Amino acid sequence: MLSVENLRSRYGRIEVLHGVDLQVRSGEIVTVVGANGAGKTTLLRCISGVQPISGGNLVFKGEPLQGMPAHRRVALGLAQSPEGRQIFTSLSVEENLRLGAYLFADARVDTDMAEAFAMFPILREKRNLAAGGLSGGQQQMLAISRALMARPACLLLDEPSMGLAPILVAQIMDVIRNLKTLGVTVLLVEQNAYAALRIADRGYVMETGRVTMQGTAEELIADERIRAAYLGV
Amino acid sequence: MTELLQYLVSGTTVGAAYALVALGFTIIYNASDVVNFAQGEFVMLGGMVTFFAWQAGVPLPLAALLAIVAAAVIGVLLNKLAIERAGAAPVVSLIIITIGASIFLRGGAQLVFDKQLHRFPGFSGDEPMNVGGVTILPQGLWVVAVAVMVFVLLYVFFTRTLTGKAILATANNRVAAKLVGINTDYMMSLSFALSAAIGALAGILMTPISLTSYDLGVPFALKGFAAAMLGGMGVPVGALVGGLLLGLIEALTAGLVSSTYKDAVAFIVILVVLFWMPQGLFGRKSMERV
Repeated sequence: MLSVENLRSRYGRIEVLHGVDLQVRSGEIVTVVGANGAGKTTLLRCISGVQPISGGNLVFKGEPLQGMPAHRRVALGLAQSPEGRQIFTSLSVEENLRLGAYLFADARVDTDMAEAFAMFPILREKRNLAAGGLSGGQQQMLAISRALMARPACLLLDEPSMGLAPILVAQIMDVIRNLKTLGVTVLLVEQNAYAALRIADRGYVMETGRVTMQGTAEELIADERIRAAYLGV
Repeated sequence: MTELLQYLVSGTTVGAAYALVALGFTIIYNASDVVNFAQGEFVMLGGMVTFFAWQAGVPLPLAALLAIVAAAVIGVLLNKLAIERAGAAPVVSLIIITIGASIFLRGGAQLVFDKQLHRFPGFSGDEPMNVGGVTILPQGLWVVAVAVMVFVLLYVFFTRTLTGKAILATANNRVAAKLVGINTDYMMSLSFALSAAIGALAGILMTPISLTSYDLGVPFALKGFAAAMLGGMGVPVGALVGGLLLGLIEALTAGLVSSTYKDAVAFIVILVVLFWMPQGLFGRKSMERV
C-alpha cells in the first residue's frame, strides 16, 4: 500500500534521512521505533508532503507521491496525526474534528464525529471549548480523532504516547489496535518501543537516519539488541 | 446639540470606512498572522480605478465592479509573487514585504494614473438631506450600510462555513492545516483577494465624500490599523466597533478641540491600546498549553 524506497531528506545542508526503505502492506500495523533524533518524524513528514525530499521514491496505492502537494495526499487516503499534537488551538474541539473531514461534506461526517466522541467521551464533553485548553492527553486524543475524520486508508501516527500517563498510553494503543478491525492500515512511529511492538505486525528500527533492523514484531521484541537498547530489559 | 449630532453623523460615516479597512486587515491577519500594510493601497486602487474607468465612459456601477476585481487580482498577485515566495520567512519579514508592496503600488499608481485629486458622483446623488438640522449625505448612508453588510457576511463566513474555518485553521497551524487536506496556498490567495476587494469597496464608497488620489492609501492603512488594534486584531466585531469608535473620536476631536489634531487621534489610539490593553476591546486572550 505504501512503499518508501531509498528516501533522503535534508534540513538545509544537513541530511537527516540517508536512504530509508520501508513497506506497509494493506491492513497491517507497522511501527517505526528508535531514539529521539533518529529521523522518525522526518520520515512521516516526508510521506505526508510537509517536508521536502532530496532523493528516493514514495509510492502510495500505486501512485508516486513526489511533487504531490500535501493536501492532495490526504485526498488519496493518507492522513497523519502529527507529533506534538498539532491541533488548531484557537478553534473548538468540534471545529477541529470537522476540519479533519475538510474534504467531505456528506452525512458520514456526522457519524464519524459521533464515533470519535464514542471513542473518547471526554471530547464530547469539551466539544465547544477551545482545543488549546485541553490537557496533553486530550489533545492527543483529538489529534488522532481528527486524522481519522479524514477517512484514511493509511493512518500515520507520530508519537501518540508522548507525554502520556501509562493508563492513557494503554488506552490509545487499544484504539490503534482496533483500527485494524476497521480496515485502516497504520504506520506508527514511537519512542515507546515496547508499547508499539506489542500491537504491531511488523517493525523497523531507525538509527540516525537509517533503518538498522526490521522484522515481525515478535522477532524484534525477542531480539537481544532491541531489548537492551529500546526496551530497557 | 445639533453640532454634536453633526459630528456623530460624520464620525459614523468615516468610521464605517475605517471599519471596512480594518476588516481587510482582520482577514489577512486571520489567515496568516501578517498585518498587511498594503491594505491602504487597495482602498486607493478602488477609488482610482473606478474614477478612470468611469471617466473613460464605463457606467459607474460597472466601473466600481471593475475596480473591486482589479484590486482582488492585485491582492492575489501580492500573495503569489511576494508573500508565497518568501516561504517560511518569519512574520515580521512578511510584514516588511507588505510595506514594500505598498510603496510599489503607490508609485505604480502615480505612473499609471496621475497625481490629481479625483471624484465621481455619489451613488444616490450628492444632494445633502437635512434631518432636524443635521446634514446627512446620501453617500454616508451607503458607507454605513455596506460596512454593516460586509461585517455580517464575514461573520457568517468565518463562523458558519467550512472554508472560513479552513482560513482560521491555516492561520492557527499551517502544517496541521495541510495535514487535514486544506490547500493552504489557495486559502492565502483567497484571503488576500477578499481583503483587497473589501479595501477597494471602502475606497469606492468614500471617493464621493473625501475624494481619491494616488497617495490616499497611507492614512487609510494607518487608521484602519488603529481601528483593528482598538477592536482587537483578528476579531471581525472588533474591526467594526474599532472603526466606528475611531471615526467618532476623530470627528469629535476635530469638532470640539481642533481639526489640526484630527490625524493625531489614530496615533494616540494606537499608543493607548499598546500601553493599556494590547488585546484590544474584543481581543482573544491567547490560551495555549505548552
